Amino acid sequence: MINKKVDLTGEVCPYTFVKSKLAIEKMKKGEVLEIVLDYKEAVENVPESMENHGHKVEEVEKTGNNKWKVIIKK
Amino acid sequence: MITVKFFGSIRNWAEEKAIKIDKKNLKFRKLLNLVYDKVDDEFREKIEDDKGIKDFVIISVDGKNLESINNLETELEGDEEIRFAPSVAGGEFSFSERQIKRYSRHIVLSELGGEGQEKLLNSSVLVVGAGALASPVLLYLAAAGVGEIGIVDNDEVELSNLQRQIIHSTEDVGANKTESAKETIEAINQDVEVKTFRKRLEPQNARELIEGWDFVIDGSDNFPTKFLVNDASHLVGVPFSHAGILRFSGLTTTFLPDEGPCYRCLTPQPPSKDSVPSCQEAGVVGAFPGVIGSIQALEAIKHIIGSGDLLVGRALQFDALHMSFDEMKFSRNPDCPVCEGKLQELEEIDYKGSCRVKF
Ligand SMILES: [Zn+2]
Repeated sequence: MINKKVDLTGEVCPYTFVKSKLAIEKMKKGEVLEIVLDYKEAVENVPESMENHGHKVEEVEKTGNNKWKVIIKK
Repeated sequence: MITVKFFGSIRNWAEEKAIKIDKKNLKFRKLLNLVYDKVDDEFREKIEDDKGIKDFVIISVDGKNLESINNLETELEGDEEIRFAPSVAGGEFSFSERQIKRYSRHIVLSELGGEGQEKLLNSSVLVVGAGALASPVLLYLAAAGVGEIGIVDNDEVELSNLQRQIIHSTEDVGANKTESAKETIEAINQDVEVKTFRKRLEPQNARELIEGWDFVIDGSDNFPTKFLVNDASHLVGVPFSHAGILRFSGLTTTFLPDEGPCYRCLTPQPPSKDSVPSCQEAGVVGAFPGVIGSIQALEAIKHIIGSGDLLVGRALQFDALHMSFDEMKFSRNPDCPVCEGKLQELEEIDYKGSCRVKF
C-alpha cells in the first residue's frame, strides 16, 4: 500500500532528493512513499541517498518512456 | 500596541512576518477582523471556514494557546503578542520553492532536515554586540534562516573596525552598527526579521532585553557586559553562548540556565586590571574571532534544532597562533551566587579595567 506519492517530474538533482526527503520526513515509520521521476540520474541517486538515510528501497521501476517510480519504505 | 506574528505557511499567505494593531480593550473576534482588513480577504478564507478557525491554525496570545483560554471572546488589553502558526503534526512542510532551494543543504542533513529548518525559521536569537564575534554569528544565523534576530549595540562603525567586523562595509563607516548589520542581513536573507536595539546592555534593561529569546549570543567586548549577560540570562532562563578573546587565544562555552554551571562558576570575579593589557596592546587578527564566532553560531543552531552536544560544562580554548584546541571541563561552583539562586537583582559590576579598544 502506498501512503504518499510525490510527483517529481521536471525536477533535477539535488532537488529530486531534497523533495523526496521532505516528503518522507512527514511520514510514520513503516509507511510507504512512491516517488515519480523523469530525471535519469535521480533514479540512481535518490534510492541510494534514501538508503543512506536509513530507509528501505522496495522497488525501482521504469514505468514509461523516460519515467520511473521508486518505492521507499520509511 | 498589539503585535500579530505569522509563521510557516501562514506567513506566506499573509505576506508579512508581523503586523501591529493599535487598539485597546477589544475582543479577539474584533482583532481578527482588523487583521483580515490589514492583510486581505483571501487570508480570511485560508484561516477560517463556516465552522470557525480551521483546525491546523494554532493561535496563541502571549504564549497561551487560544483554545485553552476563552477562544474568540478573549478580552485583549492592547499590549499582547498574538502568534498564528500552522499545526506541525502531520501534513506537509510549508516551504516555498525558493526556501527549498535556499535551505536544501540543510534539508538533506539527517540531523537537521525539513523539521530542523522549520524550527530555525520559527526561532529567535539575540546577539549582544555587533562587532568582531557578532559579525560571523549574524552572517551565519541570517544565512541559516533564523526567523528573528535581535542585535544590541550602541556604537557606530569606525574605519578601524573593518579589519575584523566583517558584517560592516566601508560605506557604513559612521553609521549605527545595528542598522549597518541589519542592512547586511536583509541583503542576505529576507526570511529574517531583524530587531535592532541601539543601546548598551545595562543592569536596568538587561532582563527586559534578554527575556523571551530562544538563545542569546554574547559577542560583547567587555567584562561587565559578559557578567551581565550571564546573570540576566540565568534570571530569565535563556540559554546563551559565551566567548572571550585576547590577541591569539580565546575561549567559548555554552550555558543552559536549568542545567549546567554558569559563567560565574568559571570566572567568579572579573579579572584584575593588571591582567588585561593596556588598550594600545589589545590587537587581534580578524580571522580569529571569525573562528570563535562561527562556533557560537553553531551552538545556537544546534540548540534550536536539538541535535548534537553543546559546550555545556566545557570551555573550548583555542590558541590560534599554535593552532590548537583544548577542552577544559568545569562544574557548578557551590558558592556561585547565580547558581545558588542568591542573585535576585542585577547590579552594576564594579570593574574598572575595561579596555576602551573595541573588539
Ligand atoms: Zn554559577
